[in-house]
Amino acid sequence: MEPHAQTADSGPQAAPFASPSIDAVGVEERVARLCSRSIKKEAKLQALHLALSMIDLTTLEGADSEGKVRQLCAKALQLHAALPDLPHVAAVCVYPALVGVAKRALEGSGIHVASVATSFPAGQAPLEIKLLEVKRAVEAGADEVDMVISRGRFLAGDLAYTADEIASVKEACGDAHLKVILETGELGALDAIRRASDLAMRSGADFIKTSTGKIKPAATMPVVLVMLEAIRDHYLRTGQRIGMKPAGGISTAKDAIRHLVMVRETLGQDWLDPDLYRFGASSLANDVLRQIVKQRSGIYQSFDDFSM
Amino acid sequence: MSESRAVAAANRLPVLKTHKVYVGGKFPRSESGRFDRALAPDGTPIANVCRCSRKDVRDAVTAARAAQAGWAARTAYNRGQILYRIAEMLEGRSAQFEALLAAGGATPEAAAAQVRAATDRLVHYAGWTDKYGQVFSTVNPVASSHFNFSILEPTGVVGVLAPESPLLGLVSATAPAIAGGNTTVVLVTGSQPLPAVTFGEVLNSSDVPGGVVNILTGRREEMLAPLAAHRDVDALVLCTADPDVARSAEIEAVHNLKRVAVRPHEDWANVQSPYEITDLQEVKTTWHPIGS
Repeated sequence: MEPHAQTADSGPQAAPFASPSIDAVGVEERVARLCSRSIKKEAKLQALHLALSMIDLTTLEGADSEGKVRQLCAKALQLHAALPDLPHVAAVCVYPALVGVAKRALEGSGIHVASVATSFPAGQAPLEIKLLEVKRAVEAGADEVDMVISRGRFLAGDLAYTADEIASVKEACGDAHLKVILETGELGALDAIRRASDLAMRSGADFIKTSTGKIKPAATMPVVLVMLEAIRDHYLRTGQRIGMKPAGGISTAKDAIRHLVMVRETLGQDWLDPDLYRFGASSLANDVLRQIVKQRSGIYQSFDDFSM
Repeated sequence: MSESRAVAAANRLPVLKTHKVYVGGKFPRSESGRFDRALAPDGTPIANVCRCSRKDVRDAVTAARAAQAGWAARTAYNRGQILYRIAEMLEGRSAQFEALLAAGGATPEAAAAQVRAATDRLVHYAGWTDKYGQVFSTVNPVASSHFNFSILEPTGVVGVLAPESPLLGLVSATAPAIAGGNTTVVLVTGSQPLPAVTFGEVLNSSDVPGGVVNILTGRREEMLAPLAAHRDVDALVLCTADPDVARSAEIEAVHNLKRVAVRPHEDWANVQSPYEITDLQEVKTTWHPIGS
Protein backbone atom coordinates (compact mmCIF):
# COMPACT_ATOMS: atom_id res chain seq x y z
CA MET A 1 0.00 0.00 0.00
CA GLU A 2 1.11 3.56 -0.67
CA PRO A 3 2.91 4.98 2.36
CA HIS A 4 0.91 8.22 2.32
CA ALA A 5 -2.32 6.32 2.90
CA GLN A 6 -1.08 5.48 6.39
CA THR A 7 -0.43 9.01 7.53
CA ALA A 8 -3.32 11.08 8.82
CA ASP A 9 -5.56 8.79 10.79
CA SER A 10 -6.61 10.20 14.09
CA GLY A 11 -10.29 10.99 13.83
CA PRO A 12 -12.32 13.76 12.22
CA GLN A 13 -9.79 16.44 13.13
CA ALA A 14 -7.23 14.77 10.90
CA ALA A 15 -8.66 16.24 7.67
CA PRO A 16 -7.23 17.27 5.30
CA PHE A 17 -5.54 13.96 4.77
CA ALA A 18 -4.38 11.87 1.87
CA SER A 19 -6.46 9.10 0.39
CA PRO A 20 -4.85 6.78 -2.12
CA SER A 21 -5.45 7.77 -5.71
CA ILE A 22 -7.69 5.51 -7.77
CA ASP A 23 -6.76 3.72 -10.95
CA ALA A 24 -10.01 4.20 -12.86
CA VAL A 25 -9.07 1.76 -15.63
CA GLY A 26 -8.15 -0.88 -13.07
CA VAL A 27 -11.49 -0.37 -11.31
CA GLU A 28 -13.39 -0.81 -14.58
CA GLU A 29 -11.51 -4.01 -15.33
CA ARG A 30 -12.05 -5.43 -11.87
CA VAL A 31 -15.78 -4.66 -12.13
CA ALA A 32 -15.98 -6.28 -15.55
CA ARG A 33 -14.37 -9.44 -14.20
CA LEU A 34 -16.70 -9.57 -11.21
CA CYS A 35 -19.73 -9.05 -13.46
CA SER A 36 -18.82 -12.15 -15.44
CA ARG A 37 -19.46 -14.48 -12.53
CA SER A 38 -22.34 -16.84 -13.11
CA ILE A 39 -24.65 -17.40 -10.12
CA LYS A 40 -27.25 -20.07 -10.82
CA LYS A 41 -29.85 -22.35 -9.27
CA GLU A 42 -29.51 -22.84 -5.50
CA ALA A 43 -26.84 -20.15 -5.13
CA LYS A 44 -29.00 -17.74 -7.08
CA LEU A 45 -32.02 -18.43 -4.91
CA GLN A 46 -29.92 -17.88 -1.81
CA ALA A 47 -28.55 -14.63 -3.23
CA LEU A 48 -32.06 -13.44 -4.08
CA HIS A 49 -33.29 -14.12 -0.55
CA LEU A 50 -30.25 -12.31 0.86
CA ALA A 51 -30.82 -9.35 -1.47
CA LEU A 52 -34.44 -9.16 -0.34
CA SER A 53 -33.39 -8.99 3.31
CA MET A 54 -31.03 -6.10 2.49
CA ILE A 55 -33.52 -3.84 0.78
CA ASP A 56 -34.41 -0.45 2.20
CA LEU A 57 -37.84 -0.07 0.66
CA THR A 58 -37.87 3.60 -0.24
CA THR A 59 -40.34 6.30 -1.11
CA LEU A 60 -38.96 9.83 -1.36
CA GLU A 61 -41.38 11.79 -3.48
CA GLY A 62 -42.94 15.18 -3.00
CA ALA A 63 -46.30 13.46 -3.44
CA ASP A 64 -45.76 11.00 -0.55
CA SER A 65 -48.73 10.85 1.78
CA GLU A 66 -49.57 8.91 4.92
CA GLY A 67 -51.53 6.49 2.77
CA LYS A 68 -48.59 5.92 0.44
CA VAL A 69 -46.27 5.23 3.38
CA ARG A 70 -48.77 2.88 5.03
CA GLN A 71 -49.08 1.04 1.72
CA LEU A 72 -45.29 0.74 1.49
CA CYS A 73 -45.13 -0.56 5.07
CA ALA A 74 -47.81 -3.13 4.27
CA LYS A 75 -45.65 -4.23 1.36
CA ALA A 76 -42.62 -4.45 3.69
CA LEU A 77 -44.59 -6.62 6.11
CA GLN A 78 -45.87 -8.95 3.41
CA LEU A 79 -43.82 -8.90 0.25
CA HIS A 80 -45.77 -11.54 -1.61
CA ALA A 81 -48.78 -13.31 -0.15
CA ALA A 82 -48.08 -16.49 -2.09
CA LEU A 83 -44.64 -16.85 -0.49
CA PRO A 84 -45.03 -16.46 3.29
CA ASP A 85 -41.54 -17.86 4.01
CA LEU A 86 -39.64 -14.92 2.55
CA PRO A 87 -37.29 -12.83 4.70
CA HIS A 88 -38.51 -9.31 5.46
CA VAL A 89 -36.80 -6.24 4.05
CA ALA A 90 -34.27 -4.41 6.23
CA ALA A 91 -35.97 -1.05 6.50
CA VAL A 92 -38.51 1.37 5.13
CA CYS A 93 -36.99 4.72 4.15
CA VAL A 94 -39.16 7.86 4.20
CA TYR A 95 -39.03 11.62 4.72
CA PRO A 96 -38.89 12.86 8.36
CA ALA A 97 -42.49 14.07 8.35
CA LEU A 98 -43.68 10.52 7.70
CA VAL A 99 -41.44 8.66 10.17
CA GLY A 100 -44.21 8.45 12.78
CA VAL A 101 -46.61 6.88 10.29
CA ALA A 102 -44.05 4.27 9.27
CA LYS A 103 -43.05 3.59 12.87
CA ARG A 104 -46.66 2.82 13.88
CA ALA A 105 -47.24 0.66 10.82
CA LEU A 106 -44.10 -1.41 11.43
CA GLU A 107 -44.45 -1.74 15.23
CA GLY A 108 -43.01 -5.01 16.45
CA SER A 109 -42.03 -6.31 13.01
CA GLY A 110 -38.27 -5.92 13.36
CA ILE A 111 -38.21 -3.78 10.22
CA HIS A 112 -36.30 -0.56 10.81
CA VAL A 113 -37.55 2.88 9.94
CA ALA A 114 -34.97 4.97 8.12
CA SER A 115 -35.38 8.66 7.51
CA VAL A 116 -33.52 10.93 5.17
CA ALA A 117 -32.62 14.19 6.85
CA THR A 118 -30.29 17.21 6.62
CA SER A 119 -32.32 18.92 3.92
CA PHE A 120 -32.36 15.95 1.57
CA PRO A 121 -31.56 15.80 -1.33
CA ALA A 122 -29.58 19.01 -1.92
CA GLY A 123 -28.38 19.54 1.65
CA GLN A 124 -28.37 23.29 1.08
CA ALA A 125 -29.60 24.48 4.47
CA PRO A 126 -27.95 25.97 7.56
CA LEU A 127 -26.39 23.38 9.87
CA GLU A 128 -28.72 24.19 12.82
CA ILE A 129 -31.74 23.40 10.68
CA LYS A 130 -30.19 20.14 9.51
CA LEU A 131 -29.45 19.10 13.07
CA LEU A 132 -32.97 19.97 14.18
CA GLU A 133 -34.37 17.88 11.34
CA VAL A 134 -32.22 14.93 12.41
CA LYS A 135 -33.34 15.26 16.04
CA ARG A 136 -37.00 15.46 15.08
CA ALA A 137 -36.67 12.38 12.88
CA VAL A 138 -35.03 10.42 15.69
CA GLU A 139 -37.65 11.62 18.20
CA ALA A 140 -40.37 10.44 15.84
CA GLY A 141 -38.82 6.99 15.95
CA ALA A 142 -36.27 6.74 13.13
CA ASP A 143 -33.82 3.89 13.75
CA GLU A 144 -31.56 5.05 10.96
CA VAL A 145 -30.79 8.47 9.55
CA ASP A 146 -29.62 9.00 5.97
CA MET A 147 -27.82 12.35 5.75
CA VAL A 148 -26.44 14.11 2.69
CA ILE A 149 -23.06 15.81 2.80
CA SER A 150 -22.65 19.40 1.63
CA ARG A 151 -21.22 18.62 -1.77
CA GLY A 152 -20.67 22.28 -2.56
CA ARG A 153 -18.35 22.71 0.43
CA PHE A 154 -16.67 19.36 -0.16
CA LEU A 155 -15.94 20.10 -3.82
CA ALA A 156 -14.63 23.54 -2.89
CA GLY A 157 -12.05 21.71 -0.78
CA ASP A 158 -13.55 22.50 2.63
CA LEU A 159 -13.00 19.01 3.98
CA ALA A 160 -12.92 20.20 7.57
CA TYR A 161 -16.43 21.64 7.25
CA THR A 162 -17.71 18.37 5.79
CA ALA A 163 -16.04 16.35 8.55
CA ASP A 164 -17.45 18.60 11.26
CA GLU A 165 -20.89 18.47 9.69
CA ILE A 166 -20.91 14.67 9.68
CA ALA A 167 -19.65 14.54 13.26
CA SER A 168 -22.37 16.97 14.42
CA VAL A 169 -25.09 14.98 12.69
CA LYS A 170 -23.72 11.80 14.24
CA GLU A 171 -24.00 13.41 17.64
CA ALA A 172 -27.58 14.53 16.90
CA CYS A 173 -28.47 10.99 15.86
CA GLY A 174 -27.93 9.57 19.34
CA ASP A 175 -28.54 5.85 19.13
CA ALA A 176 -29.82 5.95 15.57
CA HIS A 177 -27.51 4.61 12.90
CA LEU A 178 -26.05 7.19 10.57
CA LYS A 179 -25.79 6.62 6.83
CA VAL A 180 -23.80 9.26 4.98
CA ILE A 181 -24.90 9.93 1.40
CA LEU A 182 -21.96 11.11 -0.70
CA GLU A 183 -24.05 11.77 -3.84
CA THR A 184 -21.31 10.34 -6.02
CA GLY A 185 -22.99 11.58 -9.20
CA GLU A 186 -22.04 15.10 -8.14
CA LEU A 187 -18.53 14.32 -6.93
CA GLY A 188 -17.16 13.42 -10.36
CA ALA A 189 -13.88 11.55 -10.30
CA LEU A 190 -13.35 8.31 -8.40
CA ASP A 191 -10.56 10.02 -6.43
CA ALA A 192 -13.08 12.45 -4.94
CA ILE A 193 -15.41 9.57 -4.11
CA ARG A 194 -12.63 7.72 -2.30
CA ARG A 195 -11.72 10.90 -0.39
CA ALA A 196 -15.33 11.51 0.60
CA SER A 197 -15.72 7.88 1.71
CA ASP A 198 -12.62 8.07 3.91
CA LEU A 199 -13.75 11.38 5.33
CA ALA A 200 -17.23 10.11 6.17
CA MET A 201 -15.93 6.97 7.87
CA ARG A 202 -13.43 8.89 9.94
CA SER A 203 -16.12 11.36 10.96
CA GLY A 204 -18.52 8.83 12.44
CA ALA A 205 -20.57 7.27 9.64
CA ASP A 206 -22.04 3.84 10.39
CA PHE A 207 -22.84 3.39 6.71
CA ILE A 208 -21.67 5.15 3.58
CA LYS A 209 -24.23 5.47 0.82
CA THR A 210 -23.73 6.35 -2.81
CA SER A 211 -26.62 8.52 -3.79
CA THR A 212 -29.90 10.20 -3.09
CA GLY A 213 -31.50 8.58 -6.13
CA LYS A 214 -32.32 12.05 -7.47
CA ILE A 215 -29.13 12.46 -9.53
CA LYS A 216 -27.83 10.31 -12.36
CA PRO A 217 -25.46 8.49 -12.49
CA ALA A 218 -26.18 6.94 -9.12
CA ALA A 219 -24.88 3.61 -7.78
CA THR A 220 -22.70 2.46 -10.67
CA MET A 221 -20.53 -0.60 -10.11
CA PRO A 222 -17.16 1.23 -10.27
CA VAL A 223 -18.31 3.80 -7.71
CA VAL A 224 -19.51 1.08 -5.36
CA LEU A 225 -16.24 -0.84 -5.74
CA VAL A 226 -14.21 2.23 -4.82
CA MET A 227 -16.36 2.75 -1.72
CA LEU A 228 -16.11 -0.92 -0.75
CA GLU A 229 -12.33 -0.73 -1.01
CA ALA A 230 -12.38 2.35 1.20
CA ILE A 231 -14.41 0.38 3.75
CA ARG A 232 -11.94 -2.50 3.54
CA ASP A 233 -8.94 -0.23 4.07
CA HIS A 234 -10.71 1.48 6.97
CA TYR A 235 -11.40 -1.90 8.54
CA LEU A 236 -7.80 -3.01 8.12
CA ARG A 237 -6.58 0.19 9.78
CA THR A 238 -9.09 0.49 12.60
CA GLY A 239 -10.96 -2.80 12.95
CA GLN A 240 -14.23 -0.87 12.52
CA ARG A 241 -16.86 -2.42 10.25
CA ILE A 242 -18.59 0.27 8.25
CA GLY A 243 -21.69 -0.59 6.24
CA MET A 244 -22.35 0.15 2.58
CA LYS A 245 -25.55 1.18 0.85
CA PRO A 246 -25.71 1.62 -2.90
CA ALA A 247 -28.86 3.52 -3.83
CA GLY A 248 -30.42 4.56 -7.09
CA GLY A 249 -30.23 2.72 -10.38
CA ILE A 250 -30.29 -0.83 -9.00
CA SER A 251 -33.60 -2.11 -10.25
CA THR A 252 -33.00 -5.69 -11.37
CA ALA A 253 -32.22 -8.86 -9.48
CA LYS A 254 -29.28 -9.40 -11.80
CA ASP A 255 -27.71 -6.08 -10.76
CA ALA A 256 -28.31 -6.92 -7.11
CA ILE A 257 -26.53 -10.28 -7.43
CA ARG A 258 -23.59 -8.62 -9.15
CA HIS A 259 -23.34 -6.22 -6.24
CA LEU A 260 -23.40 -9.10 -3.78
CA VAL A 261 -20.59 -10.82 -5.67
CA MET A 262 -18.56 -7.62 -5.50
CA VAL A 263 -19.16 -7.25 -1.76
CA ARG A 264 -18.21 -10.86 -1.11
CA GLU A 265 -15.02 -10.53 -3.12
CA THR A 266 -14.00 -7.17 -1.67
CA LEU A 267 -15.05 -7.36 1.97
CA GLY A 268 -15.75 -11.02 2.61
CA GLN A 269 -18.60 -13.00 4.06
CA ASP A 270 -19.14 -10.74 7.09
CA TRP A 271 -20.57 -7.96 4.97
CA LEU A 272 -23.23 -10.20 3.42
CA ASP A 273 -25.56 -9.11 6.18
CA PRO A 274 -28.33 -6.51 6.35
CA ASP A 275 -26.47 -4.91 9.28
CA LEU A 276 -23.60 -4.05 6.97
CA TYR A 277 -25.03 -3.94 3.48
CA ARG A 278 -28.22 -2.43 2.11
CA PHE A 279 -29.83 -1.70 -1.21
CA GLY A 280 -31.70 1.58 -1.46
CA ALA A 281 -34.34 0.87 -4.05
CA SER A 282 -38.01 1.19 -4.80
CA SER A 283 -38.49 -1.19 -7.72
CA LEU A 284 -35.79 -3.79 -6.95
CA ALA A 285 -37.94 -5.79 -4.51
CA ASN A 286 -40.51 -6.72 -7.15
CA ASP A 287 -37.90 -7.87 -9.64
CA VAL A 288 -36.24 -10.01 -6.96
CA LEU A 289 -39.65 -11.48 -6.07
CA ARG A 290 -40.31 -12.15 -9.73
CA GLN A 291 -37.01 -14.02 -10.01
CA ILE A 292 -37.64 -16.01 -6.83
CA VAL A 293 -41.02 -17.18 -8.11
CA LYS A 294 -39.44 -17.94 -11.49
CA GLN A 295 -36.69 -19.92 -9.80
CA ARG A 296 -39.18 -21.94 -7.78
CA SER A 297 -41.82 -22.48 -10.47
CA GLY A 298 -39.75 -22.48 -13.65
CA ILE A 299 -42.20 -20.02 -15.24
CA TYR A 300 -41.33 -16.46 -16.21
CA GLN A 301 -43.44 -14.02 -14.22
CA SER A 302 -45.26 -10.80 -14.97
CA PHE A 303 -44.97 -7.61 -12.88
CA ASP A 304 -48.77 -7.65 -12.84
CA ASP A 305 -48.59 -10.52 -10.33
CA PHE A 306 -46.88 -8.42 -7.65
CA SER A 307 -48.17 -5.61 -5.50
CA MET A 308 -47.01 -2.05 -6.05
CA MET B 1 -5.64 -13.55 -66.55
CA SER B 2 -9.24 -14.75 -66.32
CA GLU B 3 -7.91 -18.22 -65.59
CA SER B 4 -5.99 -17.01 -62.55
CA ARG B 5 -9.12 -15.21 -61.35
CA ALA B 6 -11.09 -18.43 -61.58
CA VAL B 7 -8.42 -20.23 -59.54
CA ALA B 8 -8.49 -17.47 -56.93
CA ALA B 9 -12.27 -17.74 -56.72
CA ALA B 10 -12.05 -21.50 -56.29
CA ASN B 11 -9.49 -21.16 -53.50
CA ARG B 12 -11.43 -18.51 -51.69
CA LEU B 13 -13.04 -19.42 -48.38
CA PRO B 14 -16.75 -18.56 -48.50
CA VAL B 15 -18.01 -15.92 -46.08
CA LEU B 16 -21.19 -17.20 -44.47
CA LYS B 17 -23.29 -14.41 -43.05
CA THR B 18 -24.53 -14.95 -39.50
CA HIS B 19 -28.06 -13.63 -39.44
CA LYS B 20 -28.68 -12.05 -36.08
CA VAL B 21 -32.03 -11.88 -34.36
CA TYR B 22 -34.18 -8.76 -34.03
CA VAL B 23 -35.04 -7.77 -30.46
CA GLY B 24 -36.06 -4.37 -29.15
CA GLY B 25 -35.11 -2.63 -32.39
CA LYS B 26 -31.58 -4.01 -32.27
CA PHE B 27 -29.84 -6.98 -33.85
CA PRO B 28 -28.17 -8.94 -31.05
CA ARG B 29 -26.80 -12.46 -31.24
CA SER B 30 -28.33 -15.13 -29.08
CA GLU B 31 -27.17 -14.72 -25.48
CA SER B 32 -26.27 -18.42 -25.64
CA GLY B 33 -23.73 -17.82 -28.41
CA ARG B 34 -25.11 -20.82 -30.29
CA PHE B 35 -25.92 -20.97 -33.97
CA ASP B 36 -27.34 -23.33 -36.55
CA ARG B 37 -26.53 -23.63 -40.22
CA ALA B 38 -29.20 -22.69 -42.72
CA LEU B 39 -29.04 -25.20 -45.54
CA ALA B 40 -30.04 -25.09 -49.17
CA PRO B 41 -32.36 -27.92 -50.27
CA ASP B 42 -29.31 -29.86 -51.50
CA GLY B 43 -27.69 -29.64 -48.06
CA THR B 44 -25.02 -27.00 -48.74
CA PRO B 45 -24.71 -24.42 -45.97
CA ILE B 46 -25.81 -20.96 -47.08
CA ALA B 47 -25.71 -18.98 -43.83
CA ASN B 48 -25.54 -19.16 -40.05
CA VAL B 49 -28.55 -18.31 -37.90
CA CYS B 50 -28.74 -17.80 -34.15
CA ARG B 51 -30.07 -20.68 -32.08
CA CYS B 52 -31.89 -18.78 -29.37
CA SER B 53 -32.45 -19.97 -25.83
CA ARG B 54 -35.26 -19.41 -23.35
CA LYS B 55 -33.34 -16.42 -22.02
CA ASP B 56 -33.54 -14.81 -25.44
CA VAL B 57 -37.28 -15.47 -25.26
CA ARG B 58 -37.36 -13.75 -21.88
CA ASP B 59 -35.44 -10.73 -23.18
CA ALA B 60 -37.69 -10.49 -26.22
CA VAL B 61 -40.81 -10.53 -24.04
CA THR B 62 -39.30 -7.77 -21.90
CA ALA B 63 -38.69 -5.70 -25.05
CA ALA B 64 -42.20 -6.38 -26.34
CA ARG B 65 -43.75 -5.44 -23.00
CA ALA B 66 -41.76 -2.21 -22.85
CA ALA B 67 -42.93 -1.24 -26.33
CA GLN B 68 -46.58 -2.23 -25.95
CA ALA B 69 -48.09 0.80 -24.24
CA GLY B 70 -46.41 3.22 -26.62
CA TRP B 71 -47.45 1.26 -29.70
CA ALA B 72 -51.06 0.96 -28.54
CA ALA B 73 -51.09 4.69 -27.81
CA ARG B 74 -50.20 5.55 -31.41
CA THR B 75 -53.20 6.67 -33.40
CA ALA B 76 -54.72 3.96 -35.54
CA TYR B 77 -53.95 6.12 -38.55
CA ASN B 78 -50.26 6.26 -37.62
CA ARG B 79 -50.09 2.49 -37.15
CA GLY B 80 -51.57 2.19 -40.64
CA GLN B 81 -48.93 4.53 -42.04
CA ILE B 82 -46.19 2.45 -40.46
CA LEU B 83 -47.60 -0.84 -41.77
CA TYR B 84 -47.78 0.71 -45.21
CA ARG B 85 -44.17 1.81 -44.80
CA ILE B 86 -43.17 -1.81 -44.13
CA ALA B 87 -44.86 -2.74 -47.41
CA GLU B 88 -42.94 0.00 -49.22
CA MET B 89 -39.61 -1.19 -47.85
CA LEU B 90 -40.42 -4.81 -48.64
CA GLU B 91 -41.31 -3.87 -52.21
CA GLY B 92 -37.98 -2.07 -52.50
CA ARG B 93 -36.10 -5.19 -51.46
CA SER B 94 -38.24 -7.68 -53.35
CA ALA B 95 -35.29 -8.93 -55.42
CA GLN B 96 -33.40 -9.91 -52.25
CA PHE B 97 -36.39 -11.78 -50.85
CA GLU B 98 -37.03 -13.54 -54.14
CA ALA B 99 -33.42 -14.70 -54.16
CA LEU B 100 -33.71 -15.94 -50.55
CA LEU B 101 -36.91 -17.83 -51.30
CA ALA B 102 -35.40 -19.30 -54.46
CA ALA B 103 -32.36 -20.41 -52.47
CA GLY B 104 -34.81 -22.21 -50.20
CA GLY B 105 -36.17 -24.17 -53.15
CA ALA B 106 -39.00 -22.03 -54.54
CA THR B 107 -39.27 -21.55 -58.30
CA PRO B 108 -38.56 -17.95 -59.40
CA GLU B 109 -42.24 -17.47 -60.27
CA ALA B 110 -43.46 -18.80 -56.91
CA ALA B 111 -40.87 -16.70 -55.05
CA ALA B 112 -41.94 -13.52 -56.85
CA ALA B 113 -45.60 -14.31 -56.21
CA GLN B 114 -44.95 -14.85 -52.52
CA VAL B 115 -43.10 -11.54 -52.11
CA ARG B 116 -45.91 -9.72 -53.93
CA ALA B 117 -48.55 -11.38 -51.79
CA ALA B 118 -46.67 -10.53 -48.56
CA THR B 119 -46.40 -6.90 -49.62
CA ASP B 120 -50.09 -6.73 -50.50
CA ARG B 121 -50.99 -8.33 -47.19
CA LEU B 122 -49.20 -5.57 -45.30
CA VAL B 123 -51.13 -2.99 -47.31
CA HIS B 124 -54.35 -4.85 -46.52
CA TYR B 125 -53.80 -4.65 -42.76
CA ALA B 126 -52.46 -1.10 -43.04
CA GLY B 127 -55.88 -0.21 -44.35
CA TRP B 128 -57.70 -1.98 -41.54
CA THR B 129 -55.93 -0.26 -38.62
CA ASP B 130 -58.33 2.68 -38.45
CA LYS B 131 -61.38 0.73 -39.59
CA TYR B 132 -61.72 -2.44 -37.54
CA GLY B 133 -62.63 -0.34 -34.49
CA GLN B 134 -65.50 1.26 -36.38
CA VAL B 135 -66.72 -2.04 -37.80
CA PHE B 136 -66.51 -4.16 -34.67
CA SER B 137 -67.25 -1.70 -31.87
CA THR B 138 -70.90 -1.54 -30.95
CA VAL B 139 -73.50 0.54 -29.22
CA ASN B 140 -75.58 -1.94 -27.26
CA PRO B 141 -79.30 -1.73 -26.52
CA VAL B 142 -79.85 -2.04 -22.75
CA ALA B 143 -83.02 -1.94 -20.67
CA SER B 144 -81.96 0.86 -18.31
CA SER B 145 -80.94 4.50 -18.42
CA HIS B 146 -77.46 3.80 -19.67
CA PHE B 147 -75.56 4.48 -22.81
CA ASN B 148 -73.78 1.17 -23.30
CA PHE B 149 -70.97 0.67 -25.77
CA SER B 150 -68.24 -1.88 -26.47
CA ILE B 151 -64.87 -1.07 -27.95
CA LEU B 152 -61.82 -3.15 -28.85
CA GLU B 153 -58.47 -2.85 -27.10
CA PRO B 154 -55.23 -4.69 -27.90
CA THR B 155 -54.62 -7.84 -25.89
CA GLY B 156 -51.00 -6.89 -25.17
CA VAL B 157 -47.94 -8.98 -25.89
CA VAL B 158 -48.58 -11.69 -28.48
CA GLY B 159 -46.31 -14.71 -28.95
CA VAL B 160 -46.26 -15.99 -32.51
CA LEU B 161 -45.02 -19.41 -33.55
CA ALA B 162 -44.24 -18.55 -37.17
CA PRO B 163 -45.33 -20.99 -39.87
CA GLU B 164 -43.15 -22.95 -42.23
CA SER B 165 -44.13 -20.55 -45.06
CA PRO B 166 -41.02 -18.39 -44.85
CA LEU B 167 -42.35 -14.93 -45.74
CA LEU B 168 -46.06 -14.84 -46.56
CA GLY B 169 -47.03 -16.92 -43.54
CA LEU B 170 -44.84 -14.87 -41.25
CA VAL B 171 -46.34 -11.59 -42.48
CA SER B 172 -49.88 -12.99 -42.41
CA ALA B 173 -49.50 -14.07 -38.78
CA THR B 174 -47.71 -10.96 -37.50
CA ALA B 175 -49.34 -8.06 -39.35
CA PRO B 176 -52.84 -8.44 -37.82
CA ALA B 177 -51.32 -8.56 -34.32
CA ILE B 178 -49.42 -5.29 -34.71
CA ALA B 179 -52.20 -3.65 -36.72
CA GLY B 180 -54.33 -4.04 -33.60
CA GLY B 181 -51.81 -2.36 -31.27
CA ASN B 182 -50.21 -5.50 -29.89
CA THR B 183 -46.49 -6.14 -29.75
CA THR B 184 -45.09 -9.51 -30.78
CA VAL B 185 -42.41 -12.08 -30.09
CA VAL B 186 -42.07 -14.22 -33.21
CA LEU B 187 -40.40 -17.62 -33.04
CA VAL B 188 -38.96 -18.68 -36.39
CA THR B 189 -38.31 -22.39 -36.19
CA GLY B 190 -38.88 -23.64 -39.73
CA SER B 191 -36.32 -24.94 -42.18
CA GLN B 192 -36.05 -21.55 -43.90
CA PRO B 193 -35.29 -18.84 -41.34
CA LEU B 194 -33.44 -16.46 -43.67
CA PRO B 195 -36.42 -14.57 -45.14
CA ALA B 196 -37.74 -14.03 -41.60
CA VAL B 197 -34.54 -12.60 -40.15
CA THR B 198 -34.10 -10.47 -43.26
CA PHE B 199 -37.67 -9.24 -42.73
CA GLY B 200 -36.36 -7.94 -39.38
CA GLU B 201 -34.03 -5.67 -41.35
CA VAL B 202 -37.03 -4.42 -43.32
CA LEU B 203 -38.93 -3.70 -40.11
CA ASN B 204 -35.95 -1.88 -38.66
CA SER B 205 -35.92 0.55 -41.58
CA SER B 206 -39.69 1.09 -41.62
CA ASP B 207 -40.47 3.43 -38.69
CA VAL B 208 -41.62 0.44 -36.62
CA PRO B 209 -40.69 1.32 -33.02
CA GLY B 210 -38.15 -1.05 -31.46
CA GLY B 211 -39.76 -3.93 -29.59
CA VAL B 212 -43.04 -3.97 -31.54
CA VAL B 213 -41.88 -6.99 -33.54
CA ASN B 214 -39.16 -9.20 -32.09
CA ILE B 215 -37.90 -12.08 -34.23
CA LEU B 216 -36.05 -15.03 -32.72
CA THR B 217 -34.62 -17.98 -34.61
CA GLY B 218 -33.94 -21.39 -33.17
CA ARG B 219 -35.60 -24.63 -32.27
CA ARG B 220 -39.23 -24.94 -31.39
CA GLU B 221 -38.68 -27.45 -28.59
CA GLU B 222 -36.38 -24.99 -26.79
CA MET B 223 -38.34 -21.78 -27.22
CA LEU B 224 -42.05 -22.50 -27.49
CA ALA B 225 -42.70 -23.84 -23.98
CA PRO B 226 -41.05 -20.91 -22.12
CA LEU B 227 -42.91 -18.45 -24.36
CA ALA B 228 -46.23 -20.24 -23.96
CA ALA B 229 -45.83 -20.39 -20.17
CA HIS B 230 -44.52 -16.82 -19.76
CA ARG B 231 -46.96 -14.91 -17.59
CA ASP B 232 -46.22 -11.62 -19.28
CA VAL B 233 -47.40 -12.90 -22.67
CA ASP B 234 -51.12 -12.30 -23.20
CA ALA B 235 -51.88 -14.27 -26.34
CA LEU B 236 -50.42 -16.94 -28.61
CA VAL B 237 -50.76 -17.39 -32.34
CA LEU B 238 -49.72 -20.94 -33.13
CA CYS B 239 -49.07 -21.45 -36.83
CA THR B 240 -48.74 -25.21 -36.88
CA ALA B 241 -50.59 -28.05 -38.47
CA ASP B 242 -49.39 -30.43 -35.78
CA PRO B 243 -52.18 -30.79 -33.18
CA ASP B 244 -49.74 -32.11 -30.56
CA VAL B 245 -47.58 -28.98 -30.79
CA ALA B 246 -50.63 -26.75 -30.49
CA ARG B 247 -52.00 -28.80 -27.62
CA SER B 248 -48.83 -28.76 -25.54
CA ALA B 249 -48.48 -25.00 -26.05
CA GLU B 250 -52.11 -24.49 -25.05
CA ILE B 251 -51.51 -26.44 -21.85
CA GLU B 252 -48.54 -24.19 -20.99
CA ALA B 253 -50.70 -21.16 -21.80
CA VAL B 254 -53.23 -21.81 -19.04
CA HIS B 255 -50.99 -20.24 -16.36
CA ASN B 256 -52.31 -16.78 -17.12
CA LEU B 257 -55.26 -17.75 -19.31
CA LYS B 258 -53.70 -16.62 -22.57
CA ARG B 259 -55.81 -16.14 -25.62
CA VAL B 260 -54.73 -18.83 -28.10
CA ALA B 261 -55.33 -18.77 -31.85
CA VAL B 262 -54.29 -21.81 -33.85
CA ARG B 263 -53.54 -21.25 -37.53
CA PRO B 264 -52.96 -24.64 -39.15
CA HIS B 265 -52.76 -23.32 -42.74
CA GLU B 266 -50.20 -24.66 -45.16
CA ASP B 267 -51.24 -22.32 -47.95
CA TRP B 268 -51.37 -18.72 -46.74
CA ALA B 269 -52.47 -17.18 -50.04
CA ASN B 270 -55.98 -16.36 -48.80
CA VAL B 271 -55.45 -15.98 -45.07
CA GLN B 272 -56.40 -12.35 -44.71
CA SER B 273 -59.34 -11.09 -42.78
CA PRO B 274 -60.18 -8.47 -40.16
CA TYR B 275 -61.11 -11.33 -37.85
CA GLU B 276 -57.40 -12.09 -37.66
CA ILE B 277 -57.15 -8.69 -35.93
CA THR B 278 -60.14 -9.13 -33.65
CA ASP B 279 -58.86 -12.52 -32.47
CA LEU B 280 -56.17 -10.53 -30.64
CA GLN B 281 -58.39 -7.86 -29.14
CA GLU B 282 -60.20 -7.51 -25.82
CA VAL B 283 -63.70 -6.08 -25.70
CA LYS B 284 -64.22 -3.29 -23.20
CA THR B 285 -67.84 -2.48 -22.43
CA THR B 286 -68.73 0.79 -20.74
CA TRP B 287 -72.01 1.66 -19.00
CA HIS B 288 -72.52 5.40 -19.03
CA PRO B 289 -75.49 6.76 -17.05
CA ILE B 290 -77.84 9.03 -18.96
CA GLY B 291 -81.04 10.85 -18.03
CA SER B 292 -84.28 8.98 -18.55
